[in-house]
Amino acid sequence: MSEQEPGIVLSAEQKRRRRARSIALGVTLGALVLLVYIVTIVKLGPGVLNRPL
Amino acid sequence: MSLVTDSAKLAGPIRADAARAEPSMAGVGDYLALLKPRVMSLVVFTALVGMMVAPGQVHPVIGFTALLCIAVGAGASGALNMWYDADIDAIMERTADRPVPAGRIAPGEALAFGVTLSVGSVAMLGLMVNLLAAGLLAFTIFFYAVVYTMWLKRSTPQNIVIGGAAGAFPPMIGWAAATGGIGIESIVLFLIIFFWTPPHFWALSLYKSEEYARAGVPMLPVVAGAAETRRQILIYSLVLAPVGAAPWLLGYAGLAYGAISVVGGALMIALALRLKRTPSEQTAKHLFAFSILYLFVLFAVLLVEQIT
Repeated sequence: MSEQEPGIVLSAEQKRRRRARSIALGVTLGALVLLVYIVTIVKLGPGVLNRPL
Repeated sequence: MSLVTDSAKLAGPIRADAARAEPSMAGVGDYLALLKPRVMSLVVFTALVGMMVAPGQVHPVIGFTALLCIAVGAGASGALNMWYDADIDAIMERTADRPVPAGRIAPGEALAFGVTLSVGSVAMLGLMVNLLAAGLLAFTIFFYAVVYTMWLKRSTPQNIVIGGAAGAFPPMIGWAAATGGIGIESIVLFLIIFFWTPPHFWALSLYKSEEYARAGVPMLPVVAGAAETRRQILIYSLVLAPVGAAPWLLGYAGLAYGAISVVGGALMIALALRLKRTPSEQTAKHLFAFSILYLFVLFAVLLVEQIT
């Protein structure tokens, strides 16, 4: 039985760029969550606490 | 028109083929470049002015969110434009190093990026600000990506005249975000950018006409000749000058705006006349550079008058 082929091996530069893309995407998604949270508070105001328990 | 078919068709002549076979080498900067940040900055600025000139108060967070959505929507239409135009971008020196023709981002990635951001920005604007602003943003993206990029740009020398509407919508979107409606004031801001676009772009295309001809883009100087282009630049400048002064004439801009718009409009006409009488690359470049300053100063004065 032959050894499994290694497939695509990323170079150091490709790994560095992939990491940068992943960080940028993570930061963007985090900022989006924060934005939705803040806009929700702004639009609802005190009404955000006014809900049936 | 099938997006998939077009994407596959476009992938042929450009180096992006290589990028598809290899793991992506795209950096974060390449994705930012897809958003056309320089165009985006002008869009944000004019949208901000539309929002500030509008009557009433906008909550700063809602205003910021609206501008962010408009910026991302504008960027998304830029990405869709770069996806579709990769074949002609590869031919022109000015655009050959863009991420798609240079092979750093695959066409399909640019398409997915543009579509995702388009849908996301319109949905966020609709949910967080109002539906009219979202509708206008959606129409602007559609107009730029489909009407201008896919249809007009390669088929008529009037491409940038009609397509210029896409660049003219942002102040209307800003106004709509602030008021939930459309006013005569926001239509005038639209008209200023609409009539500014032809003299601005035709001045550029006069000294880039060889590149446009090589890429097969029927810009006015390529199809009708430089003399006709200079004549049309003058006609549009003559229309632009009074439209530029309209916010003052209609009473929603102050005396400072009135004086600057009248002087600026007269200078636009003077530079267009000089270009017509003494045609040269230098006179075309002067008009192109001044047109940017003219539009920026008009909107900046409107903004300053609102703040002070």
